[in-house]
Amino acid sequence: MSKVLEVKNLVTKFYTLDGVVNAVNGVSFELEDGETLAIVGESGSGKSVTMMSLLGLIPMPPGKVENGEAIFMERQDLLQMTPAELRDVRGGQIGFVFQDPISTLNPILTIGEQISETLVRHKGMSKNEARDRVIELLTQVGIPDPELRYKAYPFQFSGGMRQRVVIAIAIACTPKIIIADEPTTALDVTVQAQIVDLFKRLRDALGVAVIWITHDLGVVAGIAERVMVMYGGRPAEIATVKDLYEHPQHPYTVGLLGALPRLDSRESKRLVSIKGAPPDLLIPLAHCPFAWRCDYAFERCWEEIPPLIDVGREHQASCFYDMEKGGPRNGR
Amino acid sequence: MSRYFLSKLGQSVLLLFGVLLLVFAMVRVTGDPATLMMSREASPEDMEEFRERMGFNDPLLVQFGRFMSGAVVGDFGDSLHFKTPAMPMVLERLPATLQLAITALFFAVVIGVPLGLVSGFNPGSFIDNIARGLALLGQSVPNFWLALIMILYFAVQLRWFPSFGRDEWKSVIMPAFVLGLPVMGQIVRMTRSSVLEIRGEDFIRTARSKGLERRTIYTRHVFRNVAIPLVSVIGVQFGYMLGGSIYIEAIFAWPGMGQLLEQSIGWRDFPLVQALAVFTAVVVLALNLVTDMAYALIDPRIRYGK
Repeated sequence: MSKVLEVKNLVTKFYTLDGVVNAVNGVSFELEDGETLAIVGESGSGKSVTMMSLLGLIPMPPGKVENGEAIFMERQDLLQMTPAELRDVRGGQIGFVFQDPISTLNPILTIGEQISETLVRHKGMSKNEARDRVIELLTQVGIPDPELRYKAYPFQFSGGMRQRVVIAIAIACTPKIIIADEPTTALDVTVQAQIVDLFKRLRDALGVAVIWITHDLGVVAGIAERVMVMYGGRPAEIATVKDLYEHPQHPYTVGLLGALPRLDSRESKRLVSIKGAPPDLLIPLAHCPFAWRCDYAFERCWEEIPPLIDVGREHQASCFYDMEKGGPRNGR
Repeated sequence: MSRYFLSKLGQSVLLLFGVLLLVFAMVRVTGDPATLMMSREASPEDMEEFRERMGFNDPLLVQFGRFMSGAVVGDFGDSLHFKTPAMPMVLERLPATLQLAITALFFAVVIGVPLGLVSGFNPGSFIDNIARGLALLGQSVPNFWLALIMILYFAVQLRWFPSFGRDEWKSVIMPAFVLGLPVMGQIVRMTRSSVLEIRGEDFIRTARSKGLERRTIYTRHVFRNVAIPLVSVIGVQFGYMLGGSIYIEAIFAWPGMGQLLEQSIGWRDFPLVQALAVFTAVVVLALNLVTDMAYALIDPRIRYGK
């Protein structure tokens, strides 16, 4: 299997009036062909900014990608591309699905216009050629009466239907990667399940790699193969879904999983919440960003930033504490 | 769409009825309309004769019926000053007022919209600063003062434009500029702020994520959304110009409806004032109707009644 995306040491900052916001502080990860990677973390952990930075979608200024590389298809570095080259990749090779389907579609253009735009731009189709393809796409994402719906406006659709339209836009040019930024967060639970199912079906049919950004660990288990947990603009832990749920290696992941309600637990337990608040990204840190919320923190955690290290097969964590052995790693 | 149009038309008719009621009541709330319309030196006999001739001695309902049946066919009686029917005199003044308002609006739109767009797309730039300054100036400079200064400088000293009247094509330039300047200011600010607002919308990010060219995003996604509030501002302002250019017309002795209104108030020529008020209301209502239609053409949410 080949890598469709390899991100190394990405650093993104926002130069605001309040100071420099250290939004992404050295994120590295890989995405294999056809794989689904979930990126999990609370608000402000840098999940979205990481992905938006790669494709020039953060507002610049104030945002700035300061460091890193992002090798796409083992050939080009996305961060070195000219704006014109990046436009060819966006929508053509990498599709996007955003959080709130109510606001992500232009209210005064028809569904058909908004989907065919991508095809006209990337596939050089005429409007008429695009029309047939759009109707095909609408069928594919499960919208009934596609010929009729082609001329409909977003406000005539429900939230779930609009998200299907956004997905149709994302897959229109058969991309290599789809970046889904909290695609189910704004939807009802029943609709959420439908959208997750639709994603799985399309992913398997198209063989497309998916980056699924979410803060819902429940959804992750259903769709992803691997998970990256982010905290304070850094990866805290990267593992396969099974490993992450069964042997979490980072205290933050342990906390997140403990905060998850379980349907199958017999006795009624209080949900555990992680004490404290996420770090203020305006302050650059020289120690583990999770240290002051961590039950296991010891001296070293306050002295240096833990790097992402291998803790098992296909399993990395950035923590000095060994959860399995119950003590600091490497004897310290 | 047609339901939307019909409901707007119905509203306009209701509003017009309200205007007629007001215009009818206005003259009579003080009690005796004759004392309003006649000079103070008029003898009681003249007063009584006037009341009888104008029908002010009839029951109010009869007077209202007469007023309304006349109003429907555009008959507001004879002008007291000119002794000729009032409405034709108003219509005679319409072309001059239209010419002034259209020129002013043209100036305001042709300069204001592009300036607002450029400054909205480049906030903080040199052009943006110029545009904002100009908009502030346009909206805050009192235009009666500006009118006088322009007459003093461009008409009296430089002799580029005539200082008054409507005798040559150049005559319209100064009054139209003064009338259009505040509107231009408003259009610049409105366009700028709605460009900034729309640019930050999620659907613009979606458009960017599709890899669309910047030009496509601006024209198709931003501008069409900006046009919605713009149309309503332009419609309202045009109506305002048609009815509210009274002192501009007075200062430049522009022979339009505003000047006639100013004069007829001085003459206590109530039939003429009433005819002007009702006619202006009709024009503004018609304009609003056109604006609402334009609105519906641009915004499907209105077209489909949501």
